[in-house]
Formats: sequence, structure tokens, C-alpha cells
Amino acid sequence: MEWETVIGLEVHAQLATRSKIFSGAATAYGAEPNTQACAIDLGLPGVLPVLNREAVRMAVKFGLAIGATIAPVSVFARKNYFYPDLPKGYQISQYDLPVVATGQMTITVDGAVKTIGITRAHLEEDAGKSLHEDFHGSTGIDLNRAGTPLLEIVSEPDLRSAKEAVAYMKKLHALVRYLEICDGNMQEGSFRCDANVSVRRKGDSRFGTRAEIKNLNSFRFVERAINFEVERQIELIEGGGAVVQETRLYDSVKDETRSMRSKEEANDYRYFPDPDLLPLEIGAALIGEVRATLPELPDAKQQRFRSDYALSDYDAEVLTATRELADFYEAVVRSAGCDAKLCANWVMGDLSAALNEANLEITASRVDADRLAGLLQRIADDTISGKLAKQVFETMWQEGATADAIIEREGLRQITDSSAIEAIIDRIMADNPGQLAQYRAGKDKLFGFFVGQAMKATQGKANPQQLNELLKRKLDA
Amino acid sequence: MHNSTIAQLAEGLRAGRFSSLELTQAFLQRIERLDPGLNCYVTVTAEQALAEARAADARLAAGNAGPLTGIPISQKDIFCTQGVRTSCGSRMLDSFVAPYDATVVERFKQAGAVMLGKLNMDEFAMGSSNETSFYGPVRNPWDTGCVPGGSSGGSAAAVAARLTPGATGTDTGGSIRQPASFCGITGIKPTYGRVSRWGMIAFASSLDQGGPMARTAEDCALMLQVMAGFDERDSTSVDRPVPDYRAALGGSVEGLRIGLPKEFFGEGLDGEIATVLQQAIDELRKLGATVHEISLPNMGLSVPAYYVVAPAECSSNLARYDGVRFGYRCEAPKDLHDLYCRSRGEGFGAEVKRRILIGTYALSAGYYDAYYLKAQKIRRLISEDFRKAFEQVDVIVGPTAPSVAFKFGEKTADPIAMYLSDIYTIAVNLAGLPGMSVPVGFCGRLPVGMQLIGNYFDEARLLNVAHRYQQVTDWQTRAPEGCA
Repeated sequence: MEWETVIGLEVHAQLATRSKIFSGAATAYGAEPNTQACAIDLGLPGVLPVLNREAVRMAVKFGLAIGATIAPVSVFARKNYFYPDLPKGYQISQYDLPVVATGQMTITVDGAVKTIGITRAHLEEDAGKSLHEDFHGSTGIDLNRAGTPLLEIVSEPDLRSAKEAVAYMKKLHALVRYLEICDGNMQEGSFRCDANVSVRRKGDSRFGTRAEIKNLNSFRFVERAINFEVERQIELIEGGGAVVQETRLYDSVKDETRSMRSKEEANDYRYFPDPDLLPLEIGAALIGEVRATLPELPDAKQQRFRSDYALSDYDAEVLTATRELADFYEAVVRSAGCDAKLCANWVMGDLSAALNEANLEITASRVDADRLAGLLQRIADDTISGKLAKQVFETMWQEGATADAIIEREGLRQITDSSAIEAIIDRIMADNPGQLAQYRAGKDKLFGFFVGQAMKATQGKANPQQLNELLKRKLDA
Repeated sequence: MHNSTIAQLAEGLRAGRFSSLELTQAFLQRIERLDPGLNCYVTVTAEQALAEARAADARLAAGNAGPLTGIPISQKDIFCTQGVRTSCGSRMLDSFVAPYDATVVERFKQAGAVMLGKLNMDEFAMGSSNETSFYGPVRNPWDTGCVPGGSSGGSAAAVAARLTPGATGTDTGGSIRQPASFCGITGIKPTYGRVSRWGMIAFASSLDQGGPMARTAEDCALMLQVMAGFDERDSTSVDRPVPDYRAALGGSVEGLRIGLPKEFFGEGLDGEIATVLQQAIDELRKLGATVHEISLPNMGLSVPAYYVVAPAECSSNLARYDGVRFGYRCEAPKDLHDLYCRSRGEGFGAEVKRRILIGTYALSAGYYDAYYLKAQKIRRLISEDFRKAFEQVDVIVGPTAPSVAFKFGEKTADPIAMYLSDIYTIAVNLAGLPGMSVPVGFCGRLPVGMQLIGNYFDEARLLNVAHRYQQVTDWQTRAPEGCA
């Protein structure tokens, strides 16, 4: 039996506003519990919500970036349910009239390009947090997160594998960061998703019964949770059972999903328009204003990197993964004025490795774009070899000096004088008659031995290409 | 002093005939003497009032006093007051002290008014007789065996009994107008959005509106001047200039077109009330108004529509009272479910629970379209009726309530009968229009109110008509026995 997986994702992106969506309290992460919750966030009697216009602009920005319809009128609705960390007993969300509708995004998986429909994106407030540790059998409530603005982005059930789901989520992740509407920090929960997963027999036109896996906060968990769930559902059906519609939780330690509540136990949220908030009207003026702030989007940038810098698909994709990395790369190319591919190799290679090791973001790189460009210029003009350049880079990373200063100080300037190199080769040949004889008798491998000796004698400064040529000529003479 | 209107008291203060401190002390003494028999006040803030009075006297002496500086005012206990308990008439909030002032309270403070205390009300403003208050019912000063109306019963009775010159009220389905009518005072529910709801504890957010209750239209004008205006903390408040209400009082009524909806004068209206009303309408006619019969065909649907919309919103608005963060919490809860059930079960009274249940039902999946959505459609029909009516007339006149104040216990066993006491006022809330009740006579010893309904933001005209009427009549000067 051949099975097809059907997945739809609901991604929650926390909007990077300074204050909450309906109050003036700060949204910063990690503060002492309940120090960033005002009377409105606490749901005290008599308080009223006032919509944060910045959150609206961010939602519009997202909508424009995915080619969606921006609703001229959208409505905030109350989603009613009781939970200790939901202060008002309802969450202000959007229900039948969301701010963003029908957009799309393309993903590339195994070389194939696929368009994924985005049904809608709506604004809503986050709830607080329940803290079960430290209270001796009781639960503590931290309402700092209550009222934090979220954009819930709902895809069509267009995804057909965990891999596609991850590709889609990564693409969204890059997009919201490009747009600077979400910091994308998944550990802090700024970007997380629920996955609706079902399976059906290949060729079936009807969808199977779906299970919703809640709160996946890493790409790895998305992939593993979906794969587990797909296996579970197939085994269930093949064993004669049936999938029940339910909400499931992914346990990353046991790597399994388990039932949280069934459809019967599901809340009746009793949605209705929030009478405290007027319908949200978005006119052409606001849309135009926001459109003017749209940056170059990842797809367009990738395309430009391929054509302007003659980069491969892979290089272009890696270098445009974040706006900061792309900006850094372009700054290096501009400043170095040399081979864009060489710049790409260094940014993606040594620089990225050093950043990873030091656990630094590109914006905090200890070697800035100008200095890296300075080093690459010395490679391009043959002042130093690529190999020595790695050593110079190390020193730059540690000390923060320019490449030229280090090259000068440590006398690393490459030896490109043929007669000097020839003299060294002659001496080595004279000092090693045995190896010379063997080489000439046909033991080609020994060529490496002579290169090594020459490099050692020049402390690695001989121009490698030049050395190779001269050595070959002399040994084969 | 206590028989004077706010306008007269303000003049006395400015002329230095008495100080705010003396005035405040006089009212505090009256409250101490008379309130135990009436139960208008949930909290009397004597000390704070005296301090505010002294500050007001200083302001008066310095010559930077406003019209209400030094005037004692009392707040319905639905308006949050920083540092003073705000109970909303409920056990649920018996110990709740807000860390903020409602905008209305703040504005009275800025105006230099003196707060005497917090007034009794139906629990969470749900009731038409004040019998649902956790603090016991308020008694009608005209007949202490009768209800004062509700939900702003404490406000109406306190004004009538001269236990305050003016009080705030809120009106979701008639809660300012009906008690004003039952207690023989003047009260106006402004256009929805005219007065900020910030800090005013919500019952049904799309209907709730605060307004003044006083003895005369002129006093209401003075108070509304302070209360009205845009507030960025309330998204439903309207950013529109506030006219000079007092200046508008002098306008002529000559040529005013008055509409009498035939639906208001049919079956169900007490005959004696009809007679009293007819006399009041005749007075208006003598002042130069013309009278026209109009029709509001969907009026009969207003009570059923209201009893879907208001409970639906209340069921959601009152979800925050869960025993977790503030308000009443049951003793030793076993678990979360027990905490919820018992805190809410013990903290809320029967009428509040009834409305939460009705509202929860009306919003439930599968019933939403049949109830909530349909009620919203009816709301639009009713607004449309009014829109058409105001193409023909300037002001609509009718009874405020179908009867005068009724006896305690008379309607508590029959919620529908109780709900019908707001039959003439509810439509005004559904449409968001301004409505007013003016005392126009008596049936036996109990007062009768006339309702004036205006077009959107036409409060000045309502106050003007009421004021002209009060210049040629003296019902507003009558005091209940023992209160004069």
C-alpha cells in the first residue's frame, strides 16, 4: 500500500514590537515574572484593549511579502476558554475576518520547486506561562508574555512530507526575519508551529482524519514529530484501526507524539467579535506606506546573487539565508573588488566556522567585512597564498588587526621571485640525492616530498603554483 | 444646602456663602443619618472627601476653580477608584481595590469635585430593581417598601434623598433612565462612545454607557460636560468635540418636532402613567413643540435581542473572575476545576449566573447563528427604525418605564417580568442613541419619568428640551417625605 502524507502548518511568529498588542507593557524576554504585565495584561476589571498600530503594520508587511490580500476590514474576535494563564478568560484573536488572506510561498526540496498556499495570517495575543516547578505542588503564573503580539500564519494542506514542512517553515523563518517583524528565536518561543498531519492512500481525493501536533519549537522537532506521527497513523490504519481527530503533544525526549485531548473534549471557543475593539480598517495609504518599507526579499536576492555574482544555487541560498549574512557578503565583495566566488568561499567557510565556534551572529563578527576584504585582496594579488591566508585570518580573528599589518609583522609576504625559489630547489636536490634518484627512476610520489621540503625551507611563503612549476621542470630535467 | 441643585451650590461656593468643606460635611452627616434606612452607599469615603473638599476650597480661593470644583459627587460602585474598594455590587469584588481610576472618576477629580462615596447597584449592573446587590437592596426614598429601580438604584435613590447632589450611573438597557424614573430624578444615557468606558467595569461592552444622574437637566449638563470626551484608552470612545451643554440649555423649543412612537403608547403601558405623560407632552406643546405620531416597527424585538446580546457579552466579560488573580477565591480549592467552580459559584449571585448561562448558550457552536447573529441583525433593524424616525422628528418622547416603582419581591420570581420593565429603554442601547429620563409627575406617591430619545450625539438638544420643561414645571424640586 502506498501512502501519501498531507500536512498543514500553523506557524506562530511573535511580532517584534516594543510593547504588547493591546497594552503599553514591554515585550522583552526573560524579565522577572510578572514585572512586564500591566493592568490590561492582568485583565483587571474595567480595563480595555487598545490596538498596537505597529503590530498591524507588521502583519501588512508580511501579507505584502507573500503576495496576499490585505483585508480592508478585519475583525478581532474573542476566543473564550478558561485557563489560569489566560487572564481574561478569552484570547483576543481574529476568526472569520483575518487581516491577511490567500498568499503563497515557493519552497525547493530536492531540486523541485513547489508552491505552498498560505490560507491566512491573523493577529492575536499570546497567553502567559504556567510555572509548575518551585511551588511545592502549586502552579505559579507568569503573565509577562500575556498580550505579546503574534501573527498566526496558516498554510493550506499543501505539504506532502516532513521535509517539505521543514523547508516551508525555514523559508517562513527567513522571511519574517528579512522583514524584521520577528526575531525568529525558536528557543524563546518567538517562532513555533502546530502541525496538522494526516495520511491517505495515494490517489485518494479525500483527506484522511488529521491529528494536530502542538507547539513544535525547532525544525528538528517538526521533522521528527511529523515522521513519527505519519508512521503511527499508517500503522494504525494498516492494523485495521482508524485515526481519531485529536490534539497531540510531541515529546522530544521519547521522540513520540501522544494524545492531549480528543475532538469531543475540545473546547467550544464561542468566538464572537470583540465589542471592545472596532473593526480594523486598512486603507490604500497604509498599504502603500508599508510597501515602501519592504526590503529585497529572499527569493529576489537569491536570484540576483546568482546573476550578479555568478554564484551556484547552493552558494546563493546559503548567503541569502539571513539578511545580515547577505549584507555582510555584499559588503565584502564591494570592499574587496575581487572575485565574488572567492568572497563567497571565505564567508561561507572560514568566517562561518569561526562564528560558529565563538557562537556569534554575523553582525557581531570579530572580523568585519572591510578587514576580511583586505585579506582577500592579498590572496587575489598573490601577496600570500590561500594557505597562509588561513593563518592570517586566525590572527585577525584573535587580535583584530588588519591583514596587511599581520603580513608585514610576521614577514609572510609570498616569495614570487623565480630565481630565489630556483636556488632553494637546487639546494634541496643537492641535499637529497637518494630521493632524487628514486624519483627519476619513476617514483612520482616523491614529488610531494620535494614540495614539502621547499615549503619548509621558505616557511610556506613560496608561491605554491610557481613552486610546483619550477620544481617539476628541475626534477624532470 | 442639600435641597439646592449643583448649579446653585456652585454659585454659593463661588460667592463664598459656604465652603466646600461645610457642604461636604453637611452631606456626610445626612448620609450618616439617612442612609442606614435606604442603603444607597456601599462605601462612604468621608476622610478622603474632607481632604478633597479642603483642596477644592483652596482652589476656589485661588480663583482657578471649574464649575464643579468643591461640589460633592458620588460614584456608582462600577467605576474603579484608585485605593477605594470597587465592588460592582458583587461578593466577587467585595475586596477588590483597583490600582487606577476610571476615566470618569479621573475627570471629576481633575474638575475638583469631591467624592462622597461609592453607590450601591445591582450586581455587575444586572438587574432592574437593585435586589441583586450583594450589599442588600436600596430602598426607594418615596416609598421604602418599593424598589428604586436598577441597576443604578443607589445613584437614583441617593440623589432623590438628597444624600448627594449628583451621581454617576451606567446604562446598558435602561440602568440610568429606569431608576431615575422610579426615584423622580433626571438622568441621561449619552450616545455610545460619548463617555469613556475605561475603568468602568464591563457588563455588556457594546451597550454600556456611563452618564450623569442629578435632580435637574442643568445639573446633568454640568456633569456631562466633565464626563464626556474622547479617551484614547477606550477604542470605542468617539473623537468628536464636546459641545457646551450648559450654553445649549437656553435654546428655544419653538418648532421642535416631537415624535411619539405608537408602539410606546399601546398595550402594556399603565393608564395613569399615560395620563401623566400626556400632560407633560402638552407642556412641551405649549412651549412651541409640534407632536407627530411615528412608528418604530421593530421595537417589539428589542427585549429578546437584548437578552441575547447582553448576556453573550457578559458571559465573556465575566470570565476573568476566576479566583486566580483577584477577587473572591473559595476556601481550600482541591484543584483547578474546583477553584473555578466554587469561586464563581460562591462569588456570583443568581441573576449574574443566569445571564452567564444564557450568554454561554447563545454563543455556543451550533446556536451562534440562530441567536447571536440574529440578535445583531435585529439590532441593525432597530437602528434603521430610529434612523428613519429622526428624518421626521427631532426628539422621540415616550414613557421611561411601563410602571412606577414596584414592591420588593414583586418580580424576583419571574425574570421575564423583571426584564420587561426595561421594555422602553432597551432599544435605545441597542441603537447606541442618547436617552434621558425626566420627572413629569406622580402616580399616587410614586414618581413618573418621561423618556426623551435623541439622535446620535444630540445630548445638547435632549438637555435643552428637558431644561425648558423644568423651567415651567417643578417636579424636579419635589423631595420625598423625610428627605427635604
